[in-house]
Amino acid sequence: MRIRIESRRSASRLLPWITPPFAVAATVVASAVVFAAMGYAPARTLFAFFVAPLLSVQSLAELALKAGPLVMIAAGLATGFRANVWNIGAEGQLTMGAIAAGGVALAFWDDDTARWILPAMCVAAVLGGMVWAAIPAFLKTRFGVNEILTSLMLTYVASLTLTSLVFGPWKDPEGFNFPQSRMFNDAETLPAVAGTRVTIGTILSFLVPLGLWVVTRYSIVGFEIKAVGLAPAAARYAGFSESRTVWLVLLLGGGLAGLAGAFEVAGPIGQLIPQITPGYGFTAIIVAFLGRLHPLGIIPAGLLVALSYLGGEAAQVDTGLPRAATGLVQGMLLFFLLASDFVARYRLAFAGTHSADVRPARPKAAAT
Amino acid sequence: MTGDILVALLATVVTSATPLLFAALGELIAERAGVLNLGLEGMMLAGAVAGFITMGETGSDTLAICAAALAGAALALLFGVLTLTLVANQVATGLALTIFGTGLSSLAGVNFTGRTVPALPALRLPLLSGIPVLGPLLFRYDALVYLSVVAAAAIAWFLKRTRAGMILRAVGESDISAHSIGHRVIRIRYLAVLFGGAMAGLGGCYLSLASTPLWVEQMTAGRGWIALALVVFAGWRPWRVLAGAYLFGGVTVLQLYSQGSGFVAVPTQVLAMFPYLATILVLTLISSGSARSRLSAPACLGKPFLAPG
Amino acid sequence: MQRRTLLISATTAFGARLAGARRANAANPFKVGFVYVGPIGDLGWTYQHDQGRLAMQKELGEAVSTQYVENVGEGPDAERVIRQLVSGGNQLIYTTSFGYMNPTERVAKASPAVEFEQATGYKTLPNMAEYNSRFYEGRAVCGAIAGHMSKGVVGYVASFPIPEVVMGINAFTLAARKVNPNFQTKVIWVNTWFDPGRESDAAKSLIDQGADILAQHTDSPAVIQTAEARGVFGFGQSSDMSRFGEKATLTSIVDNWAPYYIDRTKLAITGKWKTDSVWWGIKEGMVQLAPWGPSVTEEARAAAEDSKNRIAAGTLLPFAGPIKDQKGAVKVADGKAMSDDELLKMNWYVEGVQA
Repeated sequence: MRIRIESRRSASRLLPWITPPFAVAATVVASAVVFAAMGYAPARTLFAFFVAPLLSVQSLAELALKAGPLVMIAAGLATGFRANVWNIGAEGQLTMGAIAAGGVALAFWDDDTARWILPAMCVAAVLGGMVWAAIPAFLKTRFGVNEILTSLMLTYVASLTLTSLVFGPWKDPEGFNFPQSRMFNDAETLPAVAGTRVTIGTILSFLVPLGLWVVTRYSIVGFEIKAVGLAPAAARYAGFSESRTVWLVLLLGGGLAGLAGAFEVAGPIGQLIPQITPGYGFTAIIVAFLGRLHPLGIIPAGLLVALSYLGGEAAQVDTGLPRAATGLVQGMLLFFLLASDFVARYRLAFAGTHSADVRPARPKAAAT
Repeated sequence: MTGDILVALLATVVTSATPLLFAALGELIAERAGVLNLGLEGMMLAGAVAGFITMGETGSDTLAICAAALAGAALALLFGVLTLTLVANQVATGLALTIFGTGLSSLAGVNFTGRTVPALPALRLPLLSGIPVLGPLLFRYDALVYLSVVAAAAIAWFLKRTRAGMILRAVGESDISAHSIGHRVIRIRYLAVLFGGAMAGLGGCYLSLASTPLWVEQMTAGRGWIALALVVFAGWRPWRVLAGAYLFGGVTVLQLYSQGSGFVAVPTQVLAMFPYLATILVLTLISSGSARSRLSAPACLGKPFLAPG
Repeated sequence: MQRRTLLISATTAFGARLAGARRANAANPFKVGFVYVGPIGDLGWTYQHDQGRLAMQKELGEAVSTQYVENVGEGPDAERVIRQLVSGGNQLIYTTSFGYMNPTERVAKASPAVEFEQATGYKTLPNMAEYNSRFYEGRAVCGAIAGHMSKGVVGYVASFPIPEVVMGINAFTLAARKVNPNFQTKVIWVNTWFDPGRESDAAKSLIDQGADILAQHTDSPAVIQTAEARGVFGFGQSSDMSRFGEKATLTSIVDNWAPYYIDRTKLAITGKWKTDSVWWGIKEGMVQLAPWGPSVTEEARAAAEDSKNRIAAGTLLPFAGPIKDQKGAVKVADGKAMSDDELLKMNWYVEGVQA
C-alpha cells in the first residue's frame, strides 16, 4: 500500500501555528453545546474539562506523564510516516519493550543495589521494541508484505504474550496467583521527581522529538528518509536504498515505542501487569498527524491530547459528565484540528491562482 | 464429530464472520476508490446502536437495518467532508472517527442498555431448508447473512463487469487521469465512502440485532480493526474478503471449540494468538512469489485529491 | 478474614442523625469517590458497583455526595484518577477492581487523611481496607441446581484464570458432583471480560459439545441469550439476567455491594472507620441469588434452597474435603476444609473440570 504523506503547501509558515487555537476554540463552543444539551452546566463543565487540569503543579505533572509516551512514540512513528512506512503497531512494540525491560528487572530482582540495572532495562526495551518492529520490516523488504497489517496483528500477539507471561512464569509468587509480576525493586524503578509521578523517563520522552528534529534536519539520513517517502524513484536514482530506509524507520519507531514501555513499567507502574498501556501506541498515531509529522509540532499535540484525557476525568469527577462524552469531545477536537489544517495548507495556495497549471494540486510533503 | 455438530459449528462460524464481512466489503469499495477509512469501529458502533434503538422503538427489523446503514453512512459523511472536501489526513481522521463514534454510540444508547429485542428471525427457505445436511448448512440463516453473501457477489460483479465499477477503480488507481477524462473524482469517492459507512453500519447491527440481540457500549470489541485487516489480507478482492472473513471466523471458533473438546494442552493465550499469526503467515505466502503481482493496493489509496479550482 | 457486621437497617433520617457528627452535614456533605474499571453501562461488574453507589447515596441522602470515574484502565491511568479524587476533596474512595490495588496503595501512603477501600485485592494499610465477595458461594448453589438438572456436561465460559474465577469453577463443579458423581464442567477461556460476540461463540461451541447448561464468568448477557436461543439453560452473572433469557435463566449470581458501601460509608462519616479485610458472602447479602427461573425443577429448587440456607448458616462449606484434583489426587482430606488463604490463591482445578 502506498500512501503519500501530505503536508502544507502554504506560503505562510505562520498559519499552521495560528489555526490550531481556532480549532480548540471551535471545540470549546461545540462542547458547550453538547454539554448543555446533555443537561450539564456548560461553563462549569468546560472549566473542568479544559482549564482545571492546568491549575496545579500536580496535575501539570500528570499531564506531562500522560503526554510523555505519546510524544516519544509519535516522534518515531512520524519519521516512518514521512518515509511512507506505515507502522501502526507501536502498541505492540511498546508491549514488547515493557516485557524485555520487565524480564531484566525480574531476572535480577534479588539485587536491589545494581546501578546498571535501569540502563540495562532500557537497552533491553529498545531491543525488544526493535525486534517486534523488525518482523514487519523483514516481511516487507523480503516478501513485500504490507506492514500495516503485520504490525497491527503483532500488537495482538504482543499483548497476549504479556498476558501469558504474567498469568504464567512471571507471576508474583507471593501475589495470591493474581496476574501481576513482583513489584520491581528500588534500583529497578525510575525515581520520581519532586513529589510528583514524573520521572527522568518523562523528561527524556520530551527530549527525543527535539533530538530527532535536529538529526532529520541536518543529517543525510534525514534527507534520505524524506526522499524515499516523497519520490521513491528519485531516491533510488540517488542511490538511496528503499529497504534500508524501511528497516531504519521501523527500528527507530519500534525502539522508541519499546523505550516508552520501559519508562512505563519502571516508572508509574512499577511492575508487569496485563494492561500496561491505555492505547498509547494508537493514540500516538493521531498525535503524529496532529503535530503534522513534525517533531516540534508533536510536543504540543501530545500535550493537547493528554489534556483531553485528564479533562475528561476532571469533568467526570466534578460534574458527573459520562466518560462517553469525553470521546465525543476528543473526536470533535481532532476533527476541528484536522479541518483547520485545510485552512493552513490550502486557502492561501488558492488565493493567487495566476498559475496556468490545470493539473490537480497534489500536496507536496513538508520541507521540514 | 457427527454431521449435526459440524453443521452447528459452521453456523457459528458464519454468524461470527458476518459482521466482519459486511464491514470489510464496505471498506473494500472505499479503498478501491482510493480512500482509506480507519474509522470502521466507530461506524460499526453507530450502526449497532442505531439498529438496536430503532428495533426497540419500532419493532421493525427492516427499519432497524435501514437505520443502522444510515447511521454508518452519516459518520462516513463526516469522514468524507473532512478528508475529501477539507483534504484532512485520512489515517488520522479515521482514528478520530473511531474515538468519536465510540463516544457517540455510548451516549446515544445509554437508555437502551439492558433492554432486549427479538433476534432477527432465521429465514427458512421453503423446500431448500428441508434438504438433509445442505438445508441446515446453507438455508437457515437470517436475512443479513444472505445479504452479506449477495453483497460480496454484487460487488465482485460491479467492480469487474460494470462501467461504474471500472470508473470507481480508475479513480482509485489514478485520480488525476480519471479527472482529466471527465470523471468527478470527489463525488465518486464520496459515494464510495458513504457505501463503506452503510456497510459498516450493517456489520455493527448484525452484532446488536442478530448475533447477540442487545446493546452494550463498545460491543464491537475490535472487530472494525479485523475487518480492516481482512481487506488487505484479501488483496482488495471481494470473493477473497468473503473467504478471509469465514477463514478468520473459522479459526476463532475452532480455537474456542478445541478448548471445549479438551484436546489442547497449550495456554489459551497461545491459542488466541493463532488467528493473528495465521493471518501474517497467509499474507506472507500470498505476497511472495507469483501471487505477489496480483496483490496490489489501489495506487491512490490514502492520497488526497484536490480538483483544480 | 471474615468480619461479622450487623447491618443497621434503613433509618428514616440518617442525615439528620448525623447533623452533629464530626465530618458531614447537608451543607458540607461527606465526599465519597468511586473508580470503575468498565463503563457503567456494561450490565455486569461496574454496573453493579454503581448500583451499590446509588443505593448508598439514597440511603445516606444529603449527608454524602458521591463522585465516580468510569472506564479507568488498570494501567498507569488508575493512580492519576485516584489522586484526582483525593485532590477533589473525597474523604473515602472505593477502587473497584483488583488491578487498582498497587496504585491505591501508593496513593494511600501519600494521603494518610483519606480512607481507601479496595475491592478484591489483598494489601491493607491503616487507611486502606480490602473488601471482596464470596462469589463462590453463589457458584456452589448454582452447582447444586446444575447437578440436578444437567445430564452431566455443563459448559463454562470463563474470562481469565485468576483465583476468583478458578474458585468459582471449582465450587460449581464440587457442588454438582455431590449430586452427580460423573458431572463434568467444560471450560472455554475467552481471554476477555467483555466481548458479547466472542462469549456467544464460546457458548455455542460448548452447546455443540453437549453442554445442556451454561455458566459464565464474563460480564455480558450474551451467554444467557445464546442459551435461550439454543434451548438450553444458563446461569446469569453479576446482575439478574433473566430478562435476556426467560426460559433459559435458572438463576443469576447478583453482586450486591450496597450493604457494604452503606455500612462502611456510615463508619467513615462518624469517624469510626478502621481498616479491615472483609470477605462477605450470602449471609451478609453481598452475594445474592436472583429468583429461581420458571424452568428450575422442584427437586433442583429444594436442593438450591437447602444449599443457600446452609451456606448462609455456615453449616455447608463449599470447599470441605474430600476434594480431589483433576488427576484424582486428594488435595483436601475428608473432614478438613480449605482456609480462606488457600482459597484466595487457588490455582488448580478439582476433579471433573476440563480446563
